[in-house]
Formats: sequence, C-alpha cells, structure tokens
Amino acid sequence: MENNKEMVVSAIENGTVIDHIPTEAVYQVIRILGLEHYKDEVLIGNYLDSLKLGKKGIVKIKNKHFSEGEVSKIALVAPFASIIDIEDYKVVRKFKAEIPDHIEDFVRCANPKCITNSEVVPTRFYVVDKENLKLRCHYCEKYTTKETLKFAE
Amino acid sequence: MSTLKGRNLISITDFSKEEYLEVLDIAEGFEKNPKQNILGDKVVATLFFEPSTRTRLSFESAANQLGARVIGFSDPGATSVQKGETLHDTITMVSSYSDLIVMRNPREGSARYASEVASVPVINAGDGANQHPTQCMLDLYSIRKTQGTLENLQIAMVGDLKYGRTVHSLVQAMCNFNATFHLVSPQELKLPSPVKMSIKDAGLKYYQYTDLKDVIATADIIYMTRVQRERFPDLMEYERVKDSCILTASMLKGCKDNMRILHPLPRVNEITTDVDRTPYAYYFQQAQNGVYVRQALMAAILGAK
Repeated sequence: MENNKEMVVSAIENGTVIDHIPTEAVYQVIRILGLEHYKDEVLIGNYLDSLKLGKKGIVKIKNKHFSEGEVSKIALVAPFASIIDIEDYKVVRKFKAEIPDHIEDFVRCANPKCITNSEVVPTRFYVVDKENLKLRCHYCEKYTTKETLKFAE
Repeated sequence: MSTLKGRNLISITDFSKEEYLEVLDIAEGFEKNPKQNILGDKVVATLFFEPSTRTRLSFESAANQLGARVIGFSDPGATSVQKGETLHDTITMVSSYSDLIVMRNPREGSARYASEVASVPVINAGDGANQHPTQCMLDLYSIRKTQGTLENLQIAMVGDLKYGRTVHSLVQAMCNFNATFHLVSPQELKLPSPVKMSIKDAGLKYYQYTDLKDVIATADIIYMTRVQRERFPDLMEYERVKDSCILTASMLKGCKDNMRILHPLPRVNEITTDVDRTPYAYYFQQAQNGVYVRQALMAAILGAK
C-alpha cells in the first residue's frame, strides 16, 4: 500500500528520494538542504499514508546525491527518514539518516550569550541525547534541544 | 615538572582528580612561602573584558609575587575592543606579547574559543554564567585546608543553587570525593536537574531543604551564596523566602566543631556580621587562598613547578 502511495509522486531516473519524513518537517528538510534554490526537478509529497508514521512526507530530488554532512542535517529534523539513492530508476543504496555524535557548523547555539552568536565562530556540538535531540555546545556548554533548534544561515 | 605545563584551564572538567590535587599541593607550598621569583622571565596578560575586583587583583598579586610581569586591561573601554576588534584578533595579538593569558569575558564560551585561537595557554577567569574554574579550585583548597581531607564530607550548599555557577562547579568537583550534598534553597532556586543528575551518576546522595536551620548540625562545610532579588518575578515571594537562607551567629549552636562557612563573596546580608567573629567563619581566608591557588596554576602551566 505504501508503495502505491509513493507513486503519487512520480519516479525519478537519477537522484535521491528522502522518504518517511514527518509531515511537519517536510518544508524544514527543503530549507536546510537549500532546495528552494536547486535548479532541477524537486518533487514534494506530503500527508501521504504511511504504515510506519500514519502520515508522512517524501521529497525526490533529481540528479542530486547528498554528502554525509547533509544527511546529518536531515537526521536532526527527520530522525526516521530513509535516504534512497536512485540510478537508472533503480535503488542503488537505501539507508537511515543518522544523527552523528558531533555536529559542526550548521546548527546555531540556542544560548544568545554564546560567543558563537556574537562573533564569527563555527559552532561545535556534542550530541548527548539522540532520541530526544539534545546537543551540548562545545563553547558555552549549554544545551540546544529539538524545541530550540535553529540552523545557521 | 607538572603534567599541567602548557595546558589551558577553561572548565572544571578539564582537569582530572589527580590534577586538582596536584594544584592544591603546589598551592600549599606557596601558602608557606608565597614570594618566589620563579616566573621572572615571564609575561602574564590579564584581559578583563568586564569589571572584577577579587579575581583580577588576586591573579595580578599571584603573578607579581612570582616575579612575572603583568600586562593587560581591566576595562575594555580604553582598548581597541571598543573600536570593534574581534576577540579572535585581540587574543592573536596578545598571544604574541605574553606567555600566559588570563581572561574574563561576559560572553559564554569565549574562554574556550580564546584557548583555540591563542598560541599560549589560557586560564578562564570567568566567562559569563558559564565557568569560573579557579574559584572552584580555591574552594577545594579551602575545604581541604579546613577539614584535612576532601573525602567523605557533608557539604551544605545554600542560597541560589539555580543560577550560581560556583555552586554547579563545586558540586561537579566534589563528586570526585564521595561527598554527601545538602541543598538548601527557595523552591524557585533549586539546583538544576542536570547537576543533580551528575550527583546521582557519581553514585552519591543529595538531600533538599528549604530552611538552612535543618542542615547546621550535619554539615562539615556550609557554602553560602547570595539570593538575588532580581531572580524572583514576584517580589512578595522574595520577601517570603529571603530570610530562610540567612545565616546568623545564634543559629550556629549545635554545629560540628570542624564546620566552616565558605562564601565566594561579595556577601550582602546572607551572612550577618556577627558570624565573622565566630571560629566557623572562613570566607575571608578563602578569598586569600585564591592567591596561592592562582600562583600554583600559573607556575604549573608555565612549567616552573
């Protein structure tokens, strides 16, 4: 059944499918990957039926494969997402987006008094709780959580 | 020579238990013989981006007593920081003028960042509400000096346990020494959960109270802190609880003979002045111990001990 629903968004010849995105995170995934500015086909489906999630989002990006860093970004907002690499209409690789132990540069520290928010300092975090998403800043030692998560511009 | 040579001290967790003890041992030597010309060829930079009385003077006194030259500023208003210079550039420049940087800066995490930019070691003299590790080291020194040991003590922490950074650091450090914690504070200013969790994770016990009277007979150390009115959104609530964390001389009947009262200072009214004349008051000696501990840190980091 899930497969039938996926077909609502047409198949791609070459590129990446990001599947099992929580519905509320679909547009966040688009934003953090900078796909608003991507100059090729991007197919977005949302509120599709899903056995796992009830409802889910899916994004298909033509002629684009993601780096490890980009997959980490996806994991932060869509921790159960599947990343599927497609070549010649075939799945060549399918894996879960995983939150890494360390995160560098793309998340902003939630503490407004942190040095990284007043000077050009690349942020660094230790992931202390992957399940509830809790990051400890390498500099100010304060926590950034799912509720306070913001990405660097 | 110390293993601390060339190291930074940014956070209390940067040093191991053995390294704390090494610093305390070196500090004891300076207490016996404070004037030793062992850093005569060194320049220590003290960069105070916000005002401080005790910390800056005790660092500068410590450096001077060891023969080091001291450069720096106590008011960034008179420096290129005022012109918009970044911390990165200030630290890079000062690194080339000095052998060690002591820095206080209100921006949290600034000390860790400075240590990554600097080509010389950095000692954090306070980065906003984050860390003030030399205060913690002098607290440990004062506890060991008054009790003869750091192990197995009953430590009462009193006052603002929520925002007081000295309290959080001292709890973290004392978790290495099998302490039992007695936490006295108004409901609004209780010790934050992550810090309580670190006590549990160390396999140690803590007890919570709202009235200081309940811990006086038990404690080996009473660590007092200031309860600030501005922490309370409701002034009525402040008025209701403010006296529950005030220590007076008459309350000390029944305390242990070895009990000593510590306070990071400045005090306002949380310890009444009649306590100063009791044998239990130790807060002024505690501040004096700051000089020996800072001498020890500078000597060890600069490879002179």
